[in-house]
Amino acid sequence: MSSVPTVNVDRPPENLAERTYLIPIFKGLGVTLRHFLRNLFGQKDIATIQYPETKRQYSERLRGKHILTTKEDGSLRCVACYMCETACPAECIHIVAEEDPEATVEWEKKPAVYEIDLLRCVFCGYCVDACPKEAIIMSREHEMAFVTREEAIVGIEDLRQKGPIEDEDLGYRPYY
Amino acid sequence: MTVSSPEAPTRPHPLSDRLPEGAGEGITSCADGHTELTVDRSRILDVLKTLRDDDSTRCNLLADICAVDYPDRDARFEVVYHLAGIESGERVRVRVPVTEDDPVVPSAYGVFKAADWFEREAYDMMGIRFDGHPNLKRILTHEAFVGHPLRKDYDPAQRWLLTENETMAPKWVEETPEGNLDFEPQVLNIGPSHPATHGTLRTIARLDGEVIVRAECEIGYLHRCFEKMSETHGWNQVIPYTDRLNYCSSHINGAGYALAVEKMLGIEAPPRAQAIHVILSELSRVMDHAVCLGAMLVDIGALTNFWYFFQTREQIYGLLESCAGGRLTVSYARIGGLAHDVPADFHDHVRKLLADIPKFIDDVEKLVTANKIFRDRAENVGIVSAEEAVAWGWTGPCLRASGVPYDIRKALPYHGYEQYDFEVPVATTGDTYARYLVRIEEMRQSLRIIDQALTTLPDGPVITDNHRVALPPKEKVFTEMEALIWHFKLIYEGIKVPAGHAYSCTEGGNGELGYYLVSDGGGKPYRIKVRPPCFAIYQAFPHILEGHMVPDAIAIQSSLNIIAGELDR
Repeated sequence: MSSVPTVNVDRPPENLAERTYLIPIFKGLGVTLRHFLRNLFGQKDIATIQYPETKRQYSERLRGKHILTTKEDGSLRCVACYMCETACPAECIHIVAEEDPEATVEWEKKPAVYEIDLLRCVFCGYCVDACPKEAIIMSREHEMAFVTREEAIVGIEDLRQKGPIEDEDLGYRPYY
Repeated sequence: MTVSSPEAPTRPHPLSDRLPEGAGEGITSCADGHTELTVDRSRILDVLKTLRDDDSTRCNLLADICAVDYPDRDARFEVVYHLAGIESGERVRVRVPVTEDDPVVPSAYGVFKAADWFEREAYDMMGIRFDGHPNLKRILTHEAFVGHPLRKDYDPAQRWLLTENETMAPKWVEETPEGNLDFEPQVLNIGPSHPATHGTLRTIARLDGEVIVRAECEIGYLHRCFEKMSETHGWNQVIPYTDRLNYCSSHINGAGYALAVEKMLGIEAPPRAQAIHVILSELSRVMDHAVCLGAMLVDIGALTNFWYFFQTREQIYGLLESCAGGRLTVSYARIGGLAHDVPADFHDHVRKLLADIPKFIDDVEKLVTANKIFRDRAENVGIVSAEEAVAWGWTGPCLRASGVPYDIRKALPYHGYEQYDFEVPVATTGDTYARYLVRIEEMRQSLRIIDQALTTLPDGPVITDNHRVALPPKEKVFTEMEALIWHFKLIYEGIKVPAGHAYSCTEGGNGELGYYLVSDGGGKPYRIKVRPPCFAIYQAFPHILEGHMVPDAIAIQSSLNIIAGELDR
């Protein structure tokens, strides 16, 4: 192990200045005073965000609450293939499939039930990676609160994309 | 590719004539860099002693003990010891088969003190009894728990209502203490839910006045069956779980796990992915040390540093979020590389961090390093000698603070660490102050590594194009039939990792983070054993405490950086 380059970080015993106690204390006070003055006069240096009045800008990859995307006619893109349910490490997705009566091709499936337990979900994004139809993506919505556990299990109506996709607060999704 | 070749070697292994007679048969060299031997339990202590003391191996560090359950074999259980030679660089794995009727193995505590908690864990999880162990009782589950949860026939859906609380205190609490005490003895619970334990850690201490005369730790409050859960999920699905091991530096865990599975598969992540792993792992290390030191200084009474360090941490979280989409639980690593490439402004973002972080480190150094109050609180407190540290299985910054320059990044380089120029910080005193100084310097060295890795960051893909391992790119899945088939197969069947086993270790925030993986060739791990660095460190804690005052206990504990997430799994 002698070949490993090392740097010794031992410090010598306290010197006279350190033993006086006051000189290092004044140096330390200098640091806190500098921060204090910079924060007092240069407000832009302040690291604290006045949440919830102001909010930080999140990256467009943030993994928040899921969105079930829709086709142009407003129906779900999801074909109930169970890929997301299989890939989910938290086992929080529950799908019941049914035949799509309005399908243009024979034997097209759609989800009769699509539920996500947001309290079980770990927001890892595996469902988005697993989806072969880009039917599930994630938004940046992460401030979710529930009164009961049942409320946290959300279904199709809650997850469905509300308007044009550009209007959603888009987070983690394929294509970068 | 089979990781451990089952064929006998054509000529005797150099080690075979040094081991006790008969024990050296069947020594193999495995692809994961380990020399492997299977010995009978009657010889295990002799073999361990020889491996520790013989000049050809000098395996003085017991890295891990774990048990694996093979219900189909005659000898149902296998106890696996992983040894490492700090100076020699040797890595040895010893396997001891044990039958179900008589699952007893002699305890290795007399050879390596590090065996203490690892054997208790194997007893708790698998029901292997270690003969001669000083305190063989459950460690991660409750005392009244029924069964051994990692056995293959244990049904995880069972529920136990565990309410007895009289078993929650060690026996010596009731006994009259030996020796002359100056004060009336009393027993104090430090934790589990106490601001200064930051984590659910409980220490039961017997006090003589304000001095601790005996202590014992109780852990397992954050046990969440990581290893059992992994056995029922695919290889890739384990990555989000690894984020929750050491949650202060989650990327290191995921990258280390992916590396271990890549070793089993015999593949390597592309160079760009490896360099990004290095950059994000080193930033995670900075965060880990920042949290550790910030919290430690708060415990000692210096609050301001906490804010300076947390500002740094917040900035690093911003970078992780822009890459991975998650802040604390990043889930960015994948087997074979990364989930996706870094964003376009990655270079500028990291450069800005490299410019900002040293300012905060300097501020903290100015505030406390030479401060007499801090030095008096930290110096000569919790001294651990180099021999003690190695005997207890310590790795990482705590070991280096005791004067042993052991760093996995140098000893067994991975992810291309050999290309980067950095130094291993070492202190000699082994006290709380030394652990502070080592961590401060390690943050600076990490920044050096990041600077080099960023300068030489290669272009190219970030995940292997082997579609038996990695999902094909989305644009191909949406347009090409073949890619769609691979995508379906990979999601439904999982990665088919060849049958075999491998141990892989990386330098985590607290030291050697090892993964011992066993595969049966299916799409799910057969057994995953994590070797959490702070598990080995924390088992020495009650012994360090003896003779210290209660406030010192807090200072020592926070300087060890015990993270309950990886301690309890």
